[in-house]
Amino acid sequence: MNKILNFIEGIGSTFRKKMARLGAGTRLFFLVLIYSGDSFKRIHLTIREIYFTGVLSLIIIVVSAFFVGMVLGLQGYYTLEKYGSSEAIGVLVALALVRELGPVVTALLFAGRAGTAITAEIGLMKATEQLSAMEVMAVSPVARIIAPRFWAGMISMPILATIFSMVGILGGYFIAVLVIGVDEGSFWSQMQANVDFSNDIVDGAIKSIVFGFACTIIALFEGFDAPPTAEGVSRATTRTVVISSLAVLGLDFILTSFMFV
Amino acid sequence: MDELITIDDLSFGYGSSSLHKNINMKFSRGKVSAIMGGSGCGKTTILKLIAGQLIPKSGKVIVDGQIVHEQDRDGIYNVRRKMGMLFQHGALFTDLSVYENVAFPMREHTNLPENIIKDLVLLKLNAVGLRGAQKKMPSELSGGMARRVALARAIALDPDIIMYDEPFAGLDPISMAVICDLIRSLNDALGATSIIVTHDVAETFSFADYIYFLADGKIAAEGTPKQLLASRLPFVRQFIHSEKDGPVPFHVEAPSYKVDLQL
Amino acid sequence: MERAKLDIWVGIFVILGIAAMFGLATKVGNLTSNSIKETYQVFANFENIGGLKPRAAVKAAGVVVGRVDSIVFDTEAYHAVVKIKVDTRYIFPKDTFANIYTAGLLGEQYIGLEAGGDLENLEDGDLITQTQDAVVLEKLISQFLYNKAAEED
Repeated sequence: MNKILNFIEGIGSTFRKKMARLGAGTRLFFLVLIYSGDSFKRIHLTIREIYFTGVLSLIIIVVSAFFVGMVLGLQGYYTLEKYGSSEAIGVLVALALVRELGPVVTALLFAGRAGTAITAEIGLMKATEQLSAMEVMAVSPVARIIAPRFWAGMISMPILATIFSMVGILGGYFIAVLVIGVDEGSFWSQMQANVDFSNDIVDGAIKSIVFGFACTIIALFEGFDAPPTAEGVSRATTRTVVISSLAVLGLDFILTSFMFV
Repeated sequence: MDELITIDDLSFGYGSSSLHKNINMKFSRGKVSAIMGGSGCGKTTILKLIAGQLIPKSGKVIVDGQIVHEQDRDGIYNVRRKMGMLFQHGALFTDLSVYENVAFPMREHTNLPENIIKDLVLLKLNAVGLRGAQKKMPSELSGGMARRVALARAIALDPDIIMYDEPFAGLDPISMAVICDLIRSLNDALGATSIIVTHDVAETFSFADYIYFLADGKIAAEGTPKQLLASRLPFVRQFIHSEKDGPVPFHVEAPSYKVDLQL
Repeated sequence: MERAKLDIWVGIFVILGIAAMFGLATKVGNLTSNSIKETYQVFANFENIGGLKPRAAVKAAGVVVGRVDSIVFDTEAYHAVVKIKVDTRYIFPKDTFANIYTAGLLGEQYIGLEAGGDLENLEDGDLITQTQDAVVLEKLISQFLYNKAAEED
């Protein structure tokens, strides 16, 4: 009996803690919005963070996109060839990338590359009292540290996802057209006939913006909320990856279910 | 005497625990005051309460006539602009160079042109003897040098109040002497009020004007170094002469040895 | 890193993003072929639209001239009413024929317009009277089997 009670109590307290964290995260988001004016007035702070979150993620994004595109081309070709419609390979690669893999894989890589860097950096700043020092200097850490990183993430993520999709399609093109020898004309024309700009490409872009928001705010919150110790920061970094990945996949399902009816 | 900071009947604790019980302190303008006590007795917390980073359970902190915890955000920031704080390990911004670290408060709070900022930064760095290290990054500095840069940053805007959190922790004797000297000379040069939180007896007694001893959340003793040296309070004696047993026991409270060994 | 160098990298990054978006829009998507701005609407009734969907292409002689805007079921006449948006650059006679075709055996369905010989042209809101339904594979097969059975009798 006692065990059952303890179990229920455990569920309750865990739920309460999660809710409290969600609330604190939302609070941070509104603080970011309030202090965003500051980070736009001094745009170089945001540009600097775009360099760290966006430009430095470029290599991993481009390389993985090319490989993902090549794999899609290869796998798609094997399957489509059985039905004698290997020209549709372009459509398959493009739709898969633009609608799903572009935004989702980019977001997962972004969480691993940029998200962890953000959490670790902010956590470390907290552990070494840099954030407190800023507070005492009457400078809001949200305005100076959090808001520029937030906007940098929001800007970088859609750009990275777009680059991912385009490079992935080039990877598919490389395999399908240059290596296997699918007709180049039908590769592109089938693609153009079936990929719709406002439905597929714009919806993919919307996805990437939503994922960018989720990954960035989670990374920022985990860093900001991390216990100021070495252990706390390392746990927070792990949590960033886990929570971001789950959030991205969950959000992807929700968005997909009412985007591509 | 003219008090810049008054702590009035202050109680504070995290959650339901209580760290400070009804503390009263006064910090006089132009003086160097020290808060001493064992580790974990809440010395640093007092600095945070003065800076308005924590809110007291009861009582109040008055800085320059203003009750800190009753200020709104802008009010607190206005109070903090009068303060400079040196953190335990310097807390330099790791992504900025030494020069930019010292320039940071000026860039944030003033609209001074770049050439004046440069003059001021070099002046402050010169005051702590590190003009030559302006281009270095914080990771390239030794502990003592980092502390001095942080000090230059703390005094960047010529604050009325300078707070030092464990300024001597982890320093070699030479760096320690340098910091001691700087605290005293900067205080006198700027006409500021300094508050030092520390547990280094010898250094503090050599230059502080007034000393508070904290123990068990209360003020155990206070006075000028001379008065305290002459004090007969057992706690003060134990602390000053670093005796391992006394009012602060060597053994943490425990059941009798026999019970623990199950004899 | 110096601020100027940083700015250049971020600039390159943003330009790469814009270039990728441009590539997606023109090379991958149908933004260029979709740039029909001014259109007029015509309606066509079908007994059976098969698998026709909104946004399906409307072609004349293989050239995309418009898109299917919406498909609704008319509960009074019991047929499908397809609203078609046609580019104003293309004009068709009143007696134009609308067929539902399938691209390839299993491909997407689209509407094919075949111009008639009327002197008057279709205008906004007009109804295309001559239509041919989609070919439903099941019907075709059952017809074929029925004929086969009839032959054998």
